[in-house]
Amino acid sequence: MIFITVGTQGPFDRLISIMDDLAQELPEIPFVAQISESTYKVKHMKHFEFIGPTEFDKYFSSAKIIVSHAGMGTIISALEYNKPIIIFPKLASLGEHRNEHQLATARRLERLNYLHVAYDREVLREKILSMLSGELNTLHSVGRYASSELIGSLQNFISI
Amino acid sequence: MKILAIASAGGHWVQLLRLKPAFEGHELIFASTKKSFADTVKGYKFYSIPDASRWNKLKLVYSLLCVLKLIFVLRPNIIITTGAAPGLMGIIAGKLIGAKTVWVDSIANVENLSMSGKIAASIADRSYTQWPDLSNSKITFSGSVLS
Repeated sequence: MIFITVGTQGPFDRLISIMDDLAQELPEIPFVAQISESTYKVKHMKHFEFIGPTEFDKYFSSAKIIVSHAGMGTIISALEYNKPIIIFPKLASLGEHRNEHQLATARRLERLNYLHVAYDREVLREKILSMLSGELNTLHSVGRYASSELIGSLQNFISI
Repeated sequence: MKILAIASAGGHWVQLLRLKPAFEGHELIFASTKKSFADTVKGYKFYSIPDASRWNKLKLVYSLLCVLKLIFVLRPNIIITTGAAPGLMGIIAGKLIGAKTVWVDSIANVENLSMSGKIAASIADRSYTQWPDLSNSKITFSGSVLS
């Protein structure tokens, strides 16, 4: 199963329509999408506007691949659970977000070799197909909690 | 010590939960903008607060009033937040009751601090950025929520 999520801050029709087309192309693979208030009419995927954290975890953990906007919640969860993830950033230049922080996040995490990023339809399609065939895998994983440096600094500050 | 940990739903909340070991041994209370998030912190007191952003001034005022009320009733010793706007309200309310306040700017702010972060850095007792190149005299870098 491929799980697609666009977060809670508005729709992301460009990603949803690309994934809907891919779902049509790959009918043997189930696609599940959290689409927010999308104006695009989904035809080939099981979809929800929003899902609560419990259900989100259910789809997230059973997915083979996660395709997501560049939201930190999903990115951190993927790194924590060692899930193959492809990030497709929302672009302010296309009116998909208020500023280009998703683009900046995607570029930075890509440069750190933490995860795979696609910036257009063709590359996204190619990377998903490579992941399905096992050529592309997870790049990085993290523990359950923040770095010991940050935890330690907070503990010190709380106790003084 | 009574610690109130606040974050908006989504990535801010995920980052807040990753700080949990820092609060061990204290009374920990959570607040976020989605009621269903109570499920992710079972065993802890959880309060839901209205969402707000600087793009909707009316909601911003309503959110501030709700956060003020919550903090005046709970009277925590420490307020910690990973953002966004409702977290900043928590910092402001915390200063009013004399609580110690901590802002952790989201790891998503890789090139600039958030608008809330810039304000919080001037008023919180301690502020962290998660990217070394964004640190300055007002905001510290000491690792990130990733490990």
